Amino acid sequence: MAEVLVYVDHVDGAVRKPTLELLTLARRIGEPVAVALGNGAADTAAVLAEHGAVKVLTHDASEYADYLVVPKVEALQAAYEAVSPAAVLVPSSAEGKEIAARLALRIGSGVITDAIDLEAGDEGPVATQSVFAAAFTTKSRIAKGTPVITVKPNSAAVEAAPAAGAVEALAVAFSEKATGTKVTARTPRESTGRPELTEAAIVVSGGRGVNGAENFAIIEALADSLGAAVGASRAAVDAGWYPHTNQVGQTGKSVSPQLYVASGISGAIQHRAGMQTSKTIVAINKDAEAPIFDLVDYGVVGDLFDVVPQLTEEIKTRKG
Amino acid sequence: MSLRIVVTVKYVPDATGDRHFADDLTVDRDDVDGLLSELDEYAVEQALQISENSDDDVEITVLTVGPEDAKDALRKALSMGADKAIHVEDDDLHGTDAIGTSLVLAKAIEKAGYDLVISGMASTDGTMGVVPALLAERLGVPQVTLLSEVSVEDGTVKGRRDGDAASEQLEASLPAVVSVTDQSGEARYPSFKGIMAAKKKPVESWDLEDLEIEADEVGLEGSYTVVDSAAERPARTAGTIVKDEGEGGKQLAEFLAGQKFI
Repeated sequence: MAEVLVYVDHVDGAVRKPTLELLTLARRIGEPVAVALGNGAADTAAVLAEHGAVKVLTHDASEYADYLVVPKVEALQAAYEAVSPAAVLVPSSAEGKEIAARLALRIGSGVITDAIDLEAGDEGPVATQSVFAAAFTTKSRIAKGTPVITVKPNSAAVEAAPAAGAVEALAVAFSEKATGTKVTARTPRESTGRPELTEAAIVVSGGRGVNGAENFAIIEALADSLGAAVGASRAAVDAGWYPHTNQVGQTGKSVSPQLYVASGISGAIQHRAGMQTSKTIVAINKDAEAPIFDLVDYGVVGDLFDVVPQLTEEIKTRKG
Repeated sequence: MSLRIVVTVKYVPDATGDRHFADDLTVDRDDVDGLLSELDEYAVEQALQISENSDDDVEITVLTVGPEDAKDALRKALSMGADKAIHVEDDDLHGTDAIGTSLVLAKAIEKAGYDLVISGMASTDGTMGVVPALLAERLGVPQVTLLSEVSVEDGTVKGRRDGDAASEQLEASLPAVVSVTDQSGEARYPSFKGIMAAKKKPVESWDLEDLEIEADEVGLEGSYTVVDSAAERPARTAGTIVKDEGEGGKQLAEFLAGQKFI
């Protein structure tokens, strides 16, 4: 069976969920061979094996942390040359897309980004994408070279499928290009203890109607009652009420959770672009004419300062 | 010293309009108004700020690849304050994918001459966000991408990249390719004077021959990706909407419990 390279997104050896989803999708088109780079790379092997990796290629070097993107491209290229895979899959983070694109160019292949589903086809893997603010669903494939495809989080349910997961050291020789962009300082993001926005099963978002940074506490309280991530509309972020890393929408994160709760968000096209593929959508808004209500499975026309705390209390009561 | 900045911009269908596909599954540009991609305005703005903060002579060239109408995007950037514009236009470009677009842009950037390339973080239509990285790869220069802050001094570009796990400070020697996010600073509105001045600024037109690119390297024929189908997403079935009369939160909880979220 053909091998499929899967680029592993991990933090110091802790594999992030989108990579496990990728392993599930990779098994539809071949045998997953995982590529884990940087600090803790070898520590990823057990969980990758549990989810179907027949092999785990690892390499650690200071270059991965000290320089931007290119060292990872060169390592993935080394893995590509060692394995000659049928396809290369990369998680659709901002960095993942950059890595995938540069690899594709180097190996003379096309690149598809932000796939939401993947299946085997007669002429190679077929990727489903959601485009134009999720108004259209397209099916695409790579016409030239080895398909390089990035896949969005929450595109597949994680399935365990134990495999050998044999760890092998990957040989990588960095070129001069690898050290072109120095990372001179790094400030880790402080953990909120909440799930990662793009990976969360439930996202609770606040918008203009939240009307102040201090009021985001009631959005956070609702999120915590549901074990959810917190999102914010661009209006709330631009007003400085919540960090840009939590922005949902065209210029922020695109999320596709099981449940999306929009509070005080009108639902401009740019916001809809980032959340329209959520499975269940609910909204709370004072304005009965807000376009968000066109998308909802359940909507409450009312003041979020009344509705949200009541909802949070009721959830806590029901959860006992 | 002088600093030559090339800003890549894209003319895109208005996101608030009714975007759809043409019969050949390329983006239909005829039935919807186009405009300068909003995210590219941030790139133009940062070029202007670098120029304003520099002691060197800075020349800002805006570059686009696209049909005749794409001149509107160039005109907008010129009216914001860019010095000159280059329009790459050729019938054979229709349907070019990201890989092909990066080829055309890279050849045009090399022909124009550059010390710094600035792009937006993504286009608002394709939203792939890969062209800046592809340009750096093709040009063989550092990529300093997704910056929320950018500055240039003594032949070095510095910036801040806010990622999921960390915020990073980046640094590279020129020449380099930079992309900026919508957090880099509000883009200015063109002044009346700027709009009038833009009419007199030079716009060069280049075609594939000028860039020594063969027709089969670009367009649908040269594309590395094929779109086999595009289907309009079915409209969501109308949901339940209730008016809060004191029990709205409880009613919503009841719905969520019914859906097994609680």
